[in-house]
Amino acid sequence: MRPSSALLVGFVKLLVGAYPRWIGCKPEAVQRIYFANHTSHIDTMAIWSALPIRLRAHTRPVAARDYWGAGFRHYLAAQALHAVLINRAGDHAEDNPLAPLCNALEQGDSLIIFPEGTRGKQPIPTTFKSGLFHLAAQFPQVQLIPVYLDNLHRSMPKGAVIPIPMTCTVRFGLPLALAEGEAKAEFLARAREEVLKLAGTNTAQ
Amino acid sequence: MPARKCSSSLALTRRNEMTPQQKAWWLFGGVALLLTAASVIGKILNARATTESGQAVIGNLNARVNAWWVMVAVLVVAFALGKPATLIMFALASFFALREFVTLTPTRRGDYWPLLLSFYVLVPAQYALIGYDQYGTFAIFIPVYAFLLLPAIATLGGDTQNFLERTAKIQWGIMITVYCISYAPALLLLSIAGYKESNALLLFYLLLVVQLSDVLQYVFGKIMGKTKLAPQVSPSKTVEGLVGGGLGATAIGGALWWITPFTWKQSLLMSFIIVVMGVLGGLTLSAVKRSLGAKDWGVMIEGHGGMLDRFDSVSFAAPVFFHLTRYFFT
Repeated sequence: MRPSSALLVGFVKLLVGAYPRWIGCKPEAVQRIYFANHTSHIDTMAIWSALPIRLRAHTRPVAARDYWGAGFRHYLAAQALHAVLINRAGDHAEDNPLAPLCNALEQGDSLIIFPEGTRGKQPIPTTFKSGLFHLAAQFPQVQLIPVYLDNLHRSMPKGAVIPIPMTCTVRFGLPLALAEGEAKAEFLARAREEVLKLAGTNTAQ
Repeated sequence: MPARKCSSSLALTRRNEMTPQQKAWWLFGGVALLLTAASVIGKILNARATTESGQAVIGNLNARVNAWWVMVAVLVVAFALGKPATLIMFALASFFALREFVTLTPTRRGDYWPLLLSFYVLVPAQYALIGYDQYGTFAIFIPVYAFLLLPAIATLGGDTQNFLERTAKIQWGIMITVYCISYAPALLLLSIAGYKESNALLLFYLLLVVQLSDVLQYVFGKIMGKTKLAPQVSPSKTVEGLVGGGLGATAIGGALWWITPFTWKQSLLMSFIIVVMGVLGGLTLSAVKRSLGAKDWGVMIEGHGGMLDRFDSVSFAAPVFFHLTRYFFT
């Protein structure tokens, strides 16, 4: 592991714990897309830190270029997290915003994505954007893992720069797959439902 | 060792026979022996456990013993490195305990600044005051300044919903996890006549008696516990465990008088007070924890729960032990 990554993980664990709870799956080295509720700037780092070291090297968070693309954040994203930077929809309407994600998946990497597209005000996710559906359709061999992050919306409420230390558990749920002929809206609703189920799960293992 | 005048009192000769360092190594050796015995017993019980519930209890026992090895190792390293390292260790304990408290406490957006200041300013400041021997400020910093200023800062958040409840909860959290716990390493700043350079032993004495009381209450409770003490508040506490464990820890504390500035009678009394305060702390914080809807404070320490599950009794025993020692022996 790179020193910058080790430092980052140590810092994240000191502040928010990021304790993994493998409820529906095990931490295995298979190609996966982890999709989670999004409530704070520390979410990406919390999920990444919760993964065992051997999985971190091949698991790349997906981050928005407008926030993570410059300065210290860019250093963090590029050096420590090895993130895939994407343009948010609307930035460059002519490009396919999912292209960098497809590249990473074709190279065999796993991804961490937030299908809501932006940070929500509530811990419970709002409707999912269609990116997850397109990736599921294009890469049927990749496992889709729902993830729920608790407490981080309190640790770093919208507008906050410094996180309040708070114990966060990162709950990994049952793998999900796109069913034969399943419509986009149905699939996205089902995926969101899986994240919601984890929200109600007790933190005990 | 420098030659000393002959003393008629056995207490004095015994106390002067060893340097504080030598005493410390004897203590660490004793604790290591105790933990080795616990590990061996745990292994034997593990092989003999047949029922599922029995295996669960023994599994938890072994997890606890293993965690004790780690906690003792951390403590020994911090002690060996000296006062700054010891203070940093306790500051981290406070930090994690406060983190657990805040996690279980419902907080709102308007609590952001008071919470931020609690973690990043109060915790380091409180321990720095001990480090710089500022007893006067140490004793009033949180009960006066933090008490008044944090709610004032919270008003800037503009959120009056449950303002008093929110303020009270943050205050309580800081008092227990920062102020009260910091009294343990504050023992290092007492100057006790005839007890130079030995204050770390007094800190070790406090921790040992408190934790042995908890451990022995658990052991006696498991072996012969029948009558529940307070089933609503702390379901695993039994009267038998309380009496057996409390008396055992008091006796061991009395027997450790040679590492303290006390006579054996005083040491017995001090240990008894430490044990009583520890029990009250355990019960009170258990009630707080349950009122917040949790069974354990956290998950940091395998088998034990959270940091505050280990420090609940310390937080009540430390301030009282500190002030009694300060009043009568300095």
